Amino acid sequence: MPSLKELSHKKELLSRGHRLCPGCGAPIIVRQVLLAADKPVIVACPTGCLEVGTTIYPYTAWKMPWIHCAFENAAATLSGVETAYRALKKQGKIKDDIRFIAFGGDGGTYDIGLQSLSGALERGHRMLYVCYDNEAYMNTGIQRSSASPLGAHTTTTPPGKAIPAGKTESRKNLTEIVAAHNIPYVAQASPGYHMDLMKKVQKALSVDGPSFINVFSPCPRGWRYPAEKTIEIAKLAVLTGFWPLYEVENGKYRITYKPRKKRPLREFLEAQGRFKHLLAEENKPIVERMEKEIESREKELMIRAGEGEK
Amino acid sequence: MKEKGWKEIPIGGLILEPGNAEKYLTGSWRTFRPVVNKEKCTSCLLCWIYCPDDSIIVEDEQMKGFRYEHCKGCGICKNVCPFKAIEMVEESKYQQIEK
Repeated sequence: MPSLKELSHKKELLSRGHRLCPGCGAPIIVRQVLLAADKPVIVACPTGCLEVGTTIYPYTAWKMPWIHCAFENAAATLSGVETAYRALKKQGKIKDDIRFIAFGGDGGTYDIGLQSLSGALERGHRMLYVCYDNEAYMNTGIQRSSASPLGAHTTTTPPGKAIPAGKTESRKNLTEIVAAHNIPYVAQASPGYHMDLMKKVQKALSVDGPSFINVFSPCPRGWRYPAEKTIEIAKLAVLTGFWPLYEVENGKYRITYKPRKKRPLREFLEAQGRFKHLLAEENKPIVERMEKEIESREKELMIRAGEGEK
Repeated sequence: MKEKGWKEIPIGGLILEPGNAEKYLTGSWRTFRPVVNKEKCTSCLLCWIYCPDDSIIVEDEQMKGFRYEHCKGCGICKNVCPFKAIEMVEESKYQQIEK
């Protein structure tokens, strides 16, 4: 992986002037992903903040062929594009080596686009699906999604007198669901660790088959923290074990970053307004449940990576 | 940008100019302006890789300043700078200094 100085010579593929919120995590992720791509790319976006914010007519922030699709079918659309490309290449009408990337939010990936993603993975199209996971439907006003963590405040799970906990259900583990498709490359990354993320993108683009990267994407508006703290929170999530960084290469698990000293989960919760209510005495059981879940997932990961005891 | 009539809009509403969002200036969103102290800056480029709006000017691997016409003033660059070389100055105060 080239250094930042070497990367700075590369042409930027997402232009400035897009209309995502100040401090949004999504464009940081997109920039890092596209900087890591060595070959020309074609991008598809399902509905979501990123799609809406970057392509307000008559403007587009994308400097490559880009295709809009509905909320549920980014993976299906892109697999069609990829198939057309293969057919044209076979006929000799296209000579270039092109890569295909889809950028979906958690709503378009965890919930609405899951069946089309699953289908595309099973059919084995050579494409990379990047999920920028901001843990709720931010585009429509912070409604809960199946990626919203336990205890999070969203506008559809507001903590109140009857339910002081906020969201009472645990989140879905999509990375594991995708890994269960036995595709060549699956990873989980955070924009706070840019080299790790970019290395994963290069690996994902080099495999001949479908690949998937789930990227943690802090959202200042929805998570209620000042815009300048996006990267700080992206790092805290990793340091507290809330978002472990790992990859699954041909079924082989590897933890790509282990914090030298684990930080208490409380630091991650305190930094965000969406977890403010969890600091109250009555919500202690919820925080304990979160800690337990993180611990058991960590153990599970260690065992799968061959580092833990059974 | 002048609004187009239906005859001028390409079929399917295609946008034929890649990356033309650059013409849309988001700098007016800003309330705090990043200002760099070049004596402290080592051009590690962490601000550049973490900028959501690609608003850090990098020439010959050196950090040269900000693109104020697009910078939204989120302050991520200030927060990630390991040398505390970037300061956020309130836009109104800055304009007073300029005068």
